[in-house]
Amino acid sequence: MDIMSLINALPGAAAQGLIWGIMAIGVYLTFRILDVADLTVDGTMCTGGAVCIMMLMSGQNIWVSMLAATGAGMLAGLATGIFHTVMGIPAILAGILTQLGLYSVNLKIMGKANQAVNSSKYDLLVSLRNIKDVPFYQNTILIVAVFIVILIAVLYWFFGTEIGCSLRATGCNPNMSRAQGINTDFAKVLGLMISNGLVALSSAFLAQYQGFADVNMGRGAIVIGLAAVIIGEAVFGKIFRNFALRLFSVALGSILYYLVLQAVIWMGIDTDLLKLLSALVVAVFLAVPYWKAKYFAKPMKRGGNTNA
Amino acid sequence: MLELKNLYKTFNPGTINEKLALNGLSLTLKEGDFVTVIGGNGAGKSTMLNAVAGTWMVDEGQILIDGTDVTRLSEHKRAAYLGRVFQDPMTGTAATMGIEENLALAKRRGKTRFLRPGITRKERDEYRELLKVLGLGLEDRLTSKVGLLSGGQRQALTLLMATLKKPKLLLLDEHTAALDPKTAAKVLEITDMIVNRDHLTTMMITHNMQDAINHGNRLIMMMEGKIILDIEGEEKKKLTVRNLLDQFEKASGQEFSNDSALLS
Repeated sequence: MDIMSLINALPGAAAQGLIWGIMAIGVYLTFRILDVADLTVDGTMCTGGAVCIMMLMSGQNIWVSMLAATGAGMLAGLATGIFHTVMGIPAILAGILTQLGLYSVNLKIMGKANQAVNSSKYDLLVSLRNIKDVPFYQNTILIVAVFIVILIAVLYWFFGTEIGCSLRATGCNPNMSRAQGINTDFAKVLGLMISNGLVALSSAFLAQYQGFADVNMGRGAIVIGLAAVIIGEAVFGKIFRNFALRLFSVALGSILYYLVLQAVIWMGIDTDLLKLLSALVVAVFLAVPYWKAKYFAKPMKRGGNTNA
Repeated sequence: MLELKNLYKTFNPGTINEKLALNGLSLTLKEGDFVTVIGGNGAGKSTMLNAVAGTWMVDEGQILIDGTDVTRLSEHKRAAYLGRVFQDPMTGTAATMGIEENLALAKRRGKTRFLRPGITRKERDEYRELLKVLGLGLEDRLTSKVGLLSGGQRQALTLLMATLKKPKLLLLDEHTAALDPKTAAKVLEITDMIVNRDHLTTMMITHNMQDAINHGNRLIMMMEGKIILDIEGEEKKKLTVRNLLDQFEKASGQEFSNDSALLS
């Protein structure tokens, strides 16, 4: 076990963690703010990359390609939203349906299961070659980090607006929201669209980074997203109270996830077992609040204070 | 102000749990009426309020608010006309949002929401003044999460939210039932204060006969999805729990069998 090989691998892991951090922020929006576990993302995590790569190959500008990828993700979110609100399908099932449908859509976008771009032929924003020994402004880590900061700033602003507040209220208490005149169906659809747009953007980054889009690249994405959300909350939850900082902690959680993953691989674990390990770790962390409530609950006074 | 015309609603039709909850209910409220609603469990009190609020659509009949037919209007659109406070203190507020944010949500009821700021500095000052009137010390806790408040505080806040934009009709669904007696009295006092100050047309469901008699200018009693007793004006002022029960027995032809209503 050569410690240098681990250290050499860490910048790459951090870059991947950052890219998945955008995806994790999308998951955070549905999972924590809308209170919906949206499984669409397993499909969207390929759609964004597929659209981006195909647009690049047809000679489009990188920015146009990434914008189109984001738009494609939002359409996927719209589909899930319509399944859920107009057709009354439970959110989790609506997401699974879209995810399954997207598998075909992704194949049709790419024409086959895998499409690669040569990073020296195309003008890519990020690449795994741009981690070390490049000018700092071309460094993938910096570029993605700047992107995340901008995204968090925009999301922070958005969730402070009237529409943003109605989204938060919908996730917190739909009955109250409707009583206050909020169209909760619209709020849910909009939330799903924003979330999947972010996931697709992350996917577009990932496809550029690894140099290809693959129909299986989104498999288990939701678990990685949840892991990032949970790790971020567990590590930084006590100190980061502000909404922008919470989003930031999700991105940090994603980086931590990939750093730990890299360390685990370095220690020589059978990589076939990684997904099983991820699933178990996320399962345990998801159980913690439930166990806390069940076994360590403080007795609550019913009816509250008498001075109210 | 409010007209309910011949409302029918059946829950779970065609199943073993089929329940005729509204059975040809008709009621007309005048501007400024404060009606208290009593009746046993399953009499259709909450069903009536939910029908007005649009929680679901009625099977038959018509609902008019101030002459506007709202029978087929969705819940969030109807909210423009209504202020609502629920039995469960958890229902009326968003627990993970601050006091001021909850008020700001209520302030925008009935308006289209855009990308304008969700709350402005000017509003904060306004909310501080409004909260002072409650006398609960909430004016110093504007940014506190509502989840940290007691049940009574939350109900008082929900009342304020329901009336922040003057509603055409205020619907109170046993809003003191989950509170201890002292807190319930305080919330009722705040209710009276706000209703009188803003001259609100109000419907208040209660399990407590004495409260039903003490508050409002009109009292209706429901049974099996219909109104069986409607008392207002001078006659209501003279009511006692005893003769209310006598009138109930006369109107329904049976003993009043709801212990909670008798005991409270």
